[in-house]
Amino acid sequence: MLYVVIVFLCLAILMYLLLGGADFGAGIVELITPRAVREKVRTITYSTIGPIWEANHMWLIIAIVILFVGFPPIYTMLSVHLHIPLVLMLLGIIGRGTAFIFRHYDAVKDDMQRVYNLIFTYSSFITPFFLGVIAGAMVSGQIDPNAPDFYSAYIGSWLHLFSISVGIFTVAICGFLAAVFLIGEVEDEAIKALFIPRAKVLTFLTFISGGFVFLAAEIDGLSLTKEKFTDWVSLSFLILATICLFVLWKYLRTGHKTICRLLAGFQITLILGSFGYHYFPNFIIVKSGENLSLFNSGAMGLPIETLGWALLLGSLLILPSLFYLIYSFQRRPAEL
Amino acid sequence: MATSHYKYLKTNDYHQKALTKAWSRGVAIFFVTGAVSGTMLSFELGLLWPEFMLHAGPIFGMPFSLEGTAFFIEAIALGFYLYGWDRFNKWFHWFTGVVVGLSGLASGILVVSANGWMNSPTGFDYVDGKYINIDPIAALFNDAWFTQALHMSLAAFAATGFAVAGIHALMLINGKNKVFHWKAFRIAIVYGGIAALLQPISGDISAKDIAVRQPAKLAAMEAHFETSKSAPLLIGGIPDVEKKEVNYGIKIPGALSFLAHGDFEKEVIGLDQFPEDEQPPVMITHFAFQIMVGLGMIMMVLSILYFFSTWKKKYWQEKRWFLWLFVLATPIGFMAVEAGWTVTELGRQPWIIYGFMKTKDALTPIPGIQISFMIFTAVYVSLSVIVSFLLYRQIKSLPNMEGEQPAENQSSTQH
Repeated sequence: MLYVVIVFLCLAILMYLLLGGADFGAGIVELITPRAVREKVRTITYSTIGPIWEANHMWLIIAIVILFVGFPPIYTMLSVHLHIPLVLMLLGIIGRGTAFIFRHYDAVKDDMQRVYNLIFTYSSFITPFFLGVIAGAMVSGQIDPNAPDFYSAYIGSWLHLFSISVGIFTVAICGFLAAVFLIGEVEDEAIKALFIPRAKVLTFLTFISGGFVFLAAEIDGLSLTKEKFTDWVSLSFLILATICLFVLWKYLRTGHKTICRLLAGFQITLILGSFGYHYFPNFIIVKSGENLSLFNSGAMGLPIETLGWALLLGSLLILPSLFYLIYSFQRRPAEL
Repeated sequence: MATSHYKYLKTNDYHQKALTKAWSRGVAIFFVTGAVSGTMLSFELGLLWPEFMLHAGPIFGMPFSLEGTAFFIEAIALGFYLYGWDRFNKWFHWFTGVVVGLSGLASGILVVSANGWMNSPTGFDYVDGKYINIDPIAALFNDAWFTQALHMSLAAFAATGFAVAGIHALMLINGKNKVFHWKAFRIAIVYGGIAALLQPISGDISAKDIAVRQPAKLAAMEAHFETSKSAPLLIGGIPDVEKKEVNYGIKIPGALSFLAHGDFEKEVIGLDQFPEDEQPPVMITHFAFQIMVGLGMIMMVLSILYFFSTWKKKYWQEKRWFLWLFVLATPIGFMAVEAGWTVTELGRQPWIIYGFMKTKDALTPIPGIQISFMIFTAVYVSLSVIVSFLLYRQIKSLPNMEGEQPAENQSSTQH
């Protein structure tokens, strides 16, 4: 049953990165579009992600619940030592979600719209950035349960070049996902022409910031690069992901929206898979070397058994209905 | 919302459709605020009480994982519901609205069950400071879950029913769209009123339950300092914690014994049975309890007034004083809910897991937690201001609907 729970945890993280990521990215794309067409982008965003965005963010809750029920030492370690980035990420989540709905449901469209837009776009940027920082901090080996002072316990654990580079990388991934996703929805050729170069810039940024992660790892003295290039499975994942990028560019021009989306999703899955495989089963790399892995910190016995069953039964209810929801609104986006 | 939608589908009443849409916008605004707060909650548990979660997570995780499922289903159903007008079979669409309500109720019950476990921890053995032989299902069905879940579910219906009815009553006083607002008022007050009438029964079950399980909480609620036979029920009063006395209260002899144990003579345990450092704060718990009960009583009286007037004195409902009573009652349901949570949470102190772990031992080691408290308080205060502002704008911008359709097909049969 432990394996079932681990599969669900990985699934929840992946789904959050893909679906939630495309969501965050929509805000980032809005941020980099010229003012003149922003209104148009907003409408497209709302009609495509409006019906499903609530569900997208449930994956994060699922992942967190799995962590605290199944792997309480991991959850506790995260929430103590990464307290500050977690709080900043939460503020982003609150601001973004509420601003997105408020701007649509405010019956009077006045200056308040500007406030909502501002909150929405900037928190769309902040949230994935800190998600990335947290992910980076987890594997950076800078978390130190025996830290002597405030700085090394609560700030040094996450404030270093490597984590920040992962944060930037995550933002780029989200923007990239959203750009590819939204292009499929644009029917107006003039706007499409505006979108494609931006999608390319975001793709390029994803590539560059991905490289920067390795550079930062080197500067911070992590052996990521060396380990990566000797680990053939995870390296081949990365290479495959890069190849996908070129194929994707080709299809973006001809505009096969389904193929583009699948490729982008597949590519991100590969990147996450590559890093996941690299560190598995370790979840948090601790300074002292007593790493927390999915095998040594799981709650054994009945808690894991019941959690596994709850997830299996829950997914019987959730997955078909979620699939039907996405399918229905893919075929015909919501009218406003 | 599902009720007015049902009425629309049955009677094809234009007003009911407009009402359904208006309420569903309210649901959407509340849902997103609830969803982000729910995300917050699952993080804050660890951000604030890591030591508690380290041990309690696997034990009381069951309701949380089920609650996650219910919440997920609610989100999916809401996606279908809000964006699904004229897209799906109309009864399927209506059904997704019902699912929104039911899964919302289910997640409420499950979260309350998790809180019930903190009051009445079961499903594990505590040996040498370790929590072993964990049984999450026994923890889910802890001794407190039923009484607490019943009380909270009724409270949710009462609070929402009264709040919605109050807003529509205000609109009725303003005099625009009268027929429409009457229909809205009736649906809301029937839900709220029935819940408010049932609530005292549920309260009585709860009182008898905590008299046995958490006598210290009951003693704090009633500012009952000394253990005594035929204990009096205290109404009002200012407890003097130093002198262990109560000033200015009304005491009904024997009534507390009766409420707690069903016997006017029986002994009720007082705070003197507990060491100083295991006593909950008396003052606030007592006041919060009085507020909750008082507001509950007002809602009950208003419900009786409504049902009586529908039955016998229909013309009362045309009077302004009648509507003003309900306008004034708009916030009291929610105030009662907050007061009730204050009672149950403060009454459990100093324990976070009743009898096993103290709250101060569960606290995060990070310094400066006050800053985080202030930030989140500010965020929530501004959120509630914005939500109220949005709802006000929604209501204000309702179009004039008088006379667009023959309005005299009000179904007099309520549920």
